Amino acid sequence: MNSDRVLKWFLYGYLALVLVFIFAPIIFSVIFSFNSDRFPTIPLGSFTLKWYKTIWQDPDVWEAARTSLIVSFSVASIATLLGFATAYTDYRYRFKLKPLYLALILLPPTIPLIILALAMLAWFAKIGLAGKVISIIVAHSVLTAPFAMAIIRLRLSQMDASLESAAWNLGADQWCALRRVIVPFCRPAIISSFCLTAAVSFDEFAIAWFISGLNKTIPVIILEIVTGNIDPQVNAIGSFVFLTSITLVVIAQVVLMTRDKKEKVHHG
Amino acid sequence: MSVSKQPAKTPSSDSKSARQRQKSDLFQQVLRLPIVIWQSLFFIAPLFFLVAMSFFIVRNYRMTEAFEMKNWLKMMSRDYFWDSYGLTIGLATLATLVVMIVAFPAAYTLAFRVSENTRRWAIFLLIIPFFTSYLVRIFSWYVILAESGVINAMLGYIGLGPYIMLNTKFGTIVGYMTLTLPLVIILQTFSLANIDRRLVEAAYNLGCRPWRTIIRVVLPLAKTGFIIAAVFCFILSFGDFVSPYYLGGSKPPTLPILIVDTVKSGQQWPRAAVVAVVMMVTLFIVAFGGIAAAYRRRNA
Repeated sequence: MNSDRVLKWFLYGYLALVLVFIFAPIIFSVIFSFNSDRFPTIPLGSFTLKWYKTIWQDPDVWEAARTSLIVSFSVASIATLLGFATAYTDYRYRFKLKPLYLALILLPPTIPLIILALAMLAWFAKIGLAGKVISIIVAHSVLTAPFAMAIIRLRLSQMDASLESAAWNLGADQWCALRRVIVPFCRPAIISSFCLTAAVSFDEFAIAWFISGLNKTIPVIILEIVTGNIDPQVNAIGSFVFLTSITLVVIAQVVLMTRDKKEKVHHG
Repeated sequence: MSVSKQPAKTPSSDSKSARQRQKSDLFQQVLRLPIVIWQSLFFIAPLFFLVAMSFFIVRNYRMTEAFEMKNWLKMMSRDYFWDSYGLTIGLATLATLVVMIVAFPAAYTLAFRVSENTRRWAIFLLIIPFFTSYLVRIFSWYVILAESGVINAMLGYIGLGPYIMLNTKFGTIVGYMTLTLPLVIILQTFSLANIDRRLVEAAYNLGCRPWRTIIRVVLPLAKTGFIIAAVFCFILSFGDFVSPYYLGGSKPPTLPILIVDTVKSGQQWPRAAVVAVVMMVTLFIVAFGGIAAAYRRRNA
């Protein structure tokens, strides 16, 4: 019995260590962003806001932030729309070539980003779509639509199939049933998918770096600063980026989890 | 999905149902087709173009469409290409082994040793880094692992070090782990949690020792999920250019760094395309090999 308790605490400690390893870079980045040393270490230097002031006064950073916001908002909208339509098609219809259809949408995340980046750079240059903000939006939508599809499909599989037919029997046509029954049921998944796809797009740097041309997003600016040398500015920008994406991911998860609980209470 | 083409204006009940069917067909296509068009134009077409591009030639700094083996022969005959290839496969394999082993005790704890609520919170935490800027996290490791960085400073207090961790394979693996460890723990946890507990308890009741139970009962039952986790880990590490560049020092470069350097330093896109195609073929072999292994064992 005693050895089992030792094992238990060993495993808990191990799990805690793994979580420390995973979150250490995020936490240190935030700490270093307030640290005066150019090359931060322990013991820490004095508290400062100068790195935040530097980026606050940098017009390039503002421009990139604007581009990033436009891109992630558009990507989230397009990817969620595409993901919803695909998830519903998969839920409702059976047809030949369906495995191929699903592969078409689910494959992009399994291709390394650097390969997609090169392929899209070349193809977009050929069809006259390179170096524009819209190019990044299109590329990121391809990449993120699978996430949207997966989240919404999972939600649809929890739906009582008779809800939709009940709406038809009451005289709703298919569009009406879709709008009044399916979409409201999927709302938490739709919100969640919107946040997650926005977060992925907001952090993606390889494709954006290759195809953005002069329209740099925030991660591209970070990549360029990092390539130069050690500059604690990166920690300041990084802290903003962390705050943004963590907020989005937490919202996405909380929305899904709280809805689940509410429904369990209703059914129970 | 053939639709009967009846004149739409005859007021018979037949044509009404035909009209309805036509309408429902439209509904179905409006939902189904956008993704097909979108992914064909912006996902499949670029990949095919990439393969085609590996046969193009560059003349006077301009890329011309052609069908020549020049790029392939050139890249295949270079030692540095094969050095990079070997290094990339070696590093990705090492990372997969390390990550799968490091993740296992954590996944085992989450699957068998904690309440469902704790597990849910742990998964919640593990999902966050997956969607959080990888680039900034690697920069953070760069500062932490440096010769006068946080880790060496802490080791200094107990009289150890300093150790050189940047520009080594160790640095690269730390970077790969940053990228893949959360995902692998999640996938391992799910496949362990789905095991039929009664089989594990049966082994235990029949006197099987814990270690033997894990190796002979738990792991074979979770095999499919574990292979999928390993394949994902390999793909992500194999395709990443940030960790081997910033933490590994890029000497020699891995294949993804080779692509970046080739594209960013000039017009030699076709040669970069050769590297990319070789990478894709390698990944297909690994992925299909993994899947085949996963399902063959299942049936045996």
